[in-house]
Amino acid sequence: MAEPSSKPNTTVFAPWTDPNAVPLIRFKNVTKRFGDFTAIDDLTLDIYEREFFALLGPSGCGKTTMMRMLAGFENPTDGTIEIGGQDMTGVPPNLRAVNMMFQSYALFPHLSVFDNIAFGLKRSDMPKTEIPDRVNEMLRLTRLEKFAKRKPHQISGGQRQRVALARSLAKAPKLLLLDEPLGALDKKLREETQFELMDIQEKTGTTFVIVTHDQEEAMTVASRVAVMDAGIIKQVDTPAAIYEAPNSVYVADFIGDVNLIEGTASASGEHAYDITYAEGVPPIKVSECTQDVAEGARVTFAIRPEKILVSQTPPEDRANTLEGTIIDIGYLGNLSTYHVELPGGQMVKATMTNSSRISRRDFTWEDKVWLSFRASAGVVLGE
Amino acid sequence: MKRAALILLPYSWLIALFLIPFVIVIKISLSDIALAIPPYTPNLDLSQGWAGIKAFFAQLDFDNFRFLTTDDLYWKAYLSSLRIAVVSTLLTLCVAYPLAYGMARAPDEWRPTLMMLVILPFWSSFLIRVYSWKAILANEGLLNQFLMLIGVIDTPLTILNTNTAVYIGIVYTYLPFMVLPLYSALEKLDGSLLEAAEDLGCTRFQAFWLITFPLSRNGIIAGCFLVFIPVMGEFVIPELLGGSQTLMIGKVLWEEFFSNRDWPVASAVAVLLLAILVVPIVLFQRNEEKQREAEG
Amino acid sequence: MRRLSWFNATSLTLGFAFLYMPMIILVVYSFNESRLVTVWAGFSTKWYGELFRNEAFLDAAWVTLRVAVFSSTLATILGTAAAYVLVRGGKFFGKTLFSGMIYAPLVMPDVILGLSLLLLFIAVGLDRGMLTIILAHTTFAMCYVAVVVSSRLVSFDRSLEEAALDLGCTPWDAFRSVTLPIIAPAVISGWLLGFTLSLDDLVIASFASGPSSTTLPIKIFSAVRLGVSPEINALSSILIGFVTIGVITFSISTKRAVVRRQREENAVT
Repeated sequence: MAEPSSKPNTTVFAPWTDPNAVPLIRFKNVTKRFGDFTAIDDLTLDIYEREFFALLGPSGCGKTTMMRMLAGFENPTDGTIEIGGQDMTGVPPNLRAVNMMFQSYALFPHLSVFDNIAFGLKRSDMPKTEIPDRVNEMLRLTRLEKFAKRKPHQISGGQRQRVALARSLAKAPKLLLLDEPLGALDKKLREETQFELMDIQEKTGTTFVIVTHDQEEAMTVASRVAVMDAGIIKQVDTPAAIYEAPNSVYVADFIGDVNLIEGTASASGEHAYDITYAEGVPPIKVSECTQDVAEGARVTFAIRPEKILVSQTPPEDRANTLEGTIIDIGYLGNLSTYHVELPGGQMVKATMTNSSRISRRDFTWEDKVWLSFRASAGVVLGE
Repeated sequence: MKRAALILLPYSWLIALFLIPFVIVIKISLSDIALAIPPYTPNLDLSQGWAGIKAFFAQLDFDNFRFLTTDDLYWKAYLSSLRIAVVSTLLTLCVAYPLAYGMARAPDEWRPTLMMLVILPFWSSFLIRVYSWKAILANEGLLNQFLMLIGVIDTPLTILNTNTAVYIGIVYTYLPFMVLPLYSALEKLDGSLLEAAEDLGCTRFQAFWLITFPLSRNGIIAGCFLVFIPVMGEFVIPELLGGSQTLMIGKVLWEEFFSNRDWPVASAVAVLLLAILVVPIVLFQRNEEKQREAEG
Repeated sequence: MRRLSWFNATSLTLGFAFLYMPMIILVVYSFNESRLVTVWAGFSTKWYGELFRNEAFLDAAWVTLRVAVFSSTLATILGTAAAYVLVRGGKFFGKTLFSGMIYAPLVMPDVILGLSLLLLFIAVGLDRGMLTIILAHTTFAMCYVAVVVSSRLVSFDRSLEEAALDLGCTPWDAFRSVTLPIIAPAVISGWLLGFTLSLDDLVIASFASGPSSTTLPIKIFSAVRLGVSPEINALSSILIGFVTIGVITFSISTKRAVVRRQREENAVT
């Protein structure tokens, strides 16, 4: 069973921060229109070599269109796409150093596993004598040696997925595109495969671009995630940055759970603001803000549920303490989620791990509790 | 560009061998008979240039069409063909529907075999199958022998060389064309719809009439087109099984062409028949396109 | 297993009896010693012998066979191209006309098709013979092939073709290596359909043939116009026999393939 490869974290992989690094893929003001419908709107993006890059967004946001333009199945209406410094306009799919792993796997039903993997190699410059060795190497990489002679309908769904992966990696492409590769797998297999994919990506040094609507998947595998909505990229960042420092309500809301409280901002110090959200209660103190906010502007304060502590008495060491009533409790085994109503009527969600085993819980419905969190625990968002 | 070549290949073939021939038929229908080879005038003589073309068009006329309207034979034949086509389409529908329905309700394991049994006659020679009815329907034929043997009749029934034989022949020959689209439509029917209907109070027959029959409409329409349109111009069946009373326009066209050697009149007959069939053919094509797009 | 109601069982029995009775009768009477259908004079194969000694029939059969093979092969190529254009061609100038020209011959009465083609051959000065029959048969057969193949193409998974392109195929290579092998059963059915239609055609061949190129249906027709002929019974039985063996073999092999595949798929899940 695959496990995440342990490597000493001496150098952090972050070519996007290096001013000298040359991106492998460049989208330059790319627009794609289908008739009246604009799928991609003036999009500019750089993706670097060896990245495991995720395009994340709901159905219809344009992520699949971006992928198909990289593969060569669609051409941009405006703008250019460069791969390896070469303008790809008009270059057909069969002449690109790009390979794709299809959502439905698209395995050729009339060919064996071996012949499926060899298919692309037979149409490349590789000498015929070297092809079987390469195919066997791919079979070993994806642990499919025993199934080489079988046809796609004679193997299971998870095995088919690995054949699709092996086939798409056989030509050692500069760029591998993965279209919702794990959607058809059950949860346990999906988790195993996620780590396998990361392993293979590192071993082969290929640049992966994955398209998915599953934010957990994107967060797990990707080095950077681009959150998309309606043809526009909202934010491109590492998973940690996306989660802890979203730049908009859309991104904050799309990834994981978040509490959104609207209020008015007033400056209270360097990179610090007070957010007034209700009458008669102290404002929320926010520090370490990365954005500048105008005095008196309407803002949304976003804080993740796990950053909020629920206690029966107000703690001394937290900057923010709010009083509330427990309306609902969700018990999930490892976590409990508390839905707490504030005096102003806002609902706040707080999660805490159930770190003790005793069956008698501290809190129950209708309890009056104190929510507390640090000043740096949340972010202020413009819209 | 490769794509243009791919489109042009079948396209130009059909234009040359389907469309242009029709244009020629129209031209001949406007010509006059002549004792010459070919047996019609005028002929387009391009060596005369524009004068030749003008002379050509000047000699075309609608005489043949006027002739068709004056002689009783023709409009009677058109009407008779129409009547026979409509009646035999309905008869074929009535015979095919129970068969297709039975096939659709049969257990799954039987279905491929049943399909095979329906298709097998279709693959066998149509000419031979029509011919076989001559042996059966003749006065001394097997049907009469059988009926006399069991005592139902005393003297042989005259069936061969009457319109009845033509109807039997048409229904027999065109049955697979009606059964297959019907079966295809009925097979797609969800059995739970009928169960729901019965659960809500319908009898078996009501459930059939209110649910199954309307939902098989596509199959009925497709099947009717596949029978009606070709039967309008049918030649072999009326020739082999019908009598001198059997007036069908296909026979008339054949005789005009081969017996009378009057190509212009034969062409006029064809043009008129085509004019009558244009609307059904276009409707048929539209229906097929719609079906194909619905499945795609 | 669902039971058939008595109504359905009766419909099926009567329907198939109606379909098959005439053919069975033909076969039975082809072995009749007597020339007449009215009298059974004992078992005899003499009509089969007469048939094989009939030069005219054998020549016609040979012509018919060659015409059928050439025209259905040509029709399959043209029809498959037409199907591809219909399903994948997108919008192009004159598509409605093209589509109309594909579907119209399917229902057009033979007499109209035959007459129009003959007039074309005369107009361009083409002598009537085997070539003209082949041209005529190819024309209507390609439409049948187009309909059969396009129906298969419509449900064909396009991502397979995209995968082929992605892995380095040119569009023609993708068609040849991936699409064609997978739609092969439909293409073969199209060929068989064209073959049968050609073998069986009377009206169009009558218009399009010349003095030296009589086809078997034309010969049969002139023989049976006057009445029952025992050699024709024998010929019919042979044809029916071929078709039956062909269809049964095809059905059995398809069924076996389907069963085998089911078993393989069940073994995996």
